[in-house]
Amino acid sequence: MSVARFWRKIPQRYNLVGTRCVTCGRYYFPPRSFCPSCRREGKIIDHQFTGEGSVVTYTIIRTASEQFENATPYIIAIVQLDEGPRLTAQIACRPEDIRIGTRVKKVFRRLGTEGKSGVIHYGTKFIPA
Amino acid sequence: MKDVAVIGIGCTVFGEKWSHSFRDLFIEAGALALEDANLSGEQIDSLFVGNMSAGRFIEQEHIGALIADYAGLATEHTPSTRVEAACASGGLAFRQGVTAVASGMADIVVAAGVEKMTDVAPGQTVDTLASAADREWEGFVGATFPGLYAMIATDYMHRYPLTREQLALVAVKNHYNGARNPIAQFQQEISIDTVISSSLVADPLRLFDCSPITDGAAAVILAPLEIARKYTDTPVKVLASAQASDTIALHDRRDISTLDATVAASQRAFHQARLSHKNIDLVEVHDCFTIAEICAIEDLGFCTKGEAGKLTEEGVTALNGDLPVNTSGGLKACGHPVGATGIKQIYEIVQQLRGEAGKRQVDAQIGMTHNVGGTGATVVVHILGRS
Ligand SMILES: [Zn+2]
Repeated sequence: MSVARFWRKIPQRYNLVGTRCVTCGRYYFPPRSFCPSCRREGKIIDHQFTGEGSVVTYTIIRTASEQFENATPYIIAIVQLDEGPRLTAQIACRPEDIRIGTRVKKVFRRLGTEGKSGVIHYGTKFIPA
Repeated sequence: MKDVAVIGIGCTVFGEKWSHSFRDLFIEAGALALEDANLSGEQIDSLFVGNMSAGRFIEQEHIGALIADYAGLATEHTPSTRVEAACASGGLAFRQGVTAVASGMADIVVAAGVEKMTDVAPGQTVDTLASAADREWEGFVGATFPGLYAMIATDYMHRYPLTREQLALVAVKNHYNGARNPIAQFQQEISIDTVISSSLVADPLRLFDCSPITDGAAAVILAPLEIARKYTDTPVKVLASAQASDTIALHDRRDISTLDATVAASQRAFHQARLSHKNIDLVEVHDCFTIAEICAIEDLGFCTKGEAGKLTEEGVTALNGDLPVNTSGGLKACGHPVGATGIKQIYEIVQQLRGEAGKRQVDAQIGMTHNVGGTGATVVVHILGRS
């Protein structure tokens, strides 16, 4: 991913800044600038998520794409934030410490390195709470 | 709206075809389809070509014109359009062709699909396939395409009584069928043990739960039903063409283990065809992973949620069962050249309805195809019948 494409979403990736629709009260992460529920009637504002939630489902990635080849095996999960929305993230823990329903909280971590250019990407991972 | 028929079909052998280029593949499939319909190129009014990612696989865009050119149609200036919906590109190209003929905009239409996947390193293939899901919020954090389906499997097996052995039986059945299909990438049978002892790709999915990386192309010719018998004695009628969308990311779905787009496309197709499930004699479903076939059988409405594993174990979906599923060998054994798969599904159903399926022939009047893009963000369903 290009530097600009990554940098554009730094507040969201580093700090779990998503959005909330004032019209219907729904929370969105990843952020949306258009409420799929209210459509044109929706009014969207930024929302800082607490970063606490629980594991909906997960897997352990053994074969990865080039960018993550050195990181295998690693855990990927769908996490439901306590405010409602779900996101996909890595869980930094041992495979035996994760279950469906495991309580997790966000942490700031290095995600991966961009090919030969060596740009390091950081972002949000989760750990058992 | 005109009734539409398939009047010709062609397909390459699927596999890792090191000696074949992208151009070789689609020319071979197209020539076979034209020969089958007794047509020559200048009779073609329009082409629709399903292709997911020639840009990343062979660094070539503008596939529509390229194909028309190498098919010898540049001098005819035949319109040619590339259609992309990730792994559902082929099914969607077929639907575009059906729409063109049904509307009266064109008479003779080629709907094709092609993918050349083995010209890049495996790591790059994994990365390209991940772009069928949400790059920004799934792929970026390290979710691979098998990883997303693995999360469906984890959720499914937590909620429903699907056993590891039942899941393996999907692959065993599809390899049994593939062993009877001369175009299949894998023409050998396997055992439950082959699946369960293969290496883990993304828990709980193992190598033999996953469809392979494949080169291949398929093409079919469409015409108005009213003139179809000019070209063939065995036209196959398109009874329904349905499509549905859902969220690009798996985490935004209403239910992780249900492909709501499959549910919607299936309901639309049955409504269009004025048929019910008991009228369907066989189905080609999108088994990119074993768990995907389990979900497909249920979400298409052939049984209730949680029952497809038991159905597979009882042999209902086997070649000699009440509802043969993936007689071609499916994506698992026949292979999965992503853009070609949706057309290959049509190719298989037409062969079965014509009675040309050889060792894997089943008794069939009406067949269905189910083609999925990504983890279910696009689904295309077709129903075909003898006419
Ligand atoms: Zn709203």
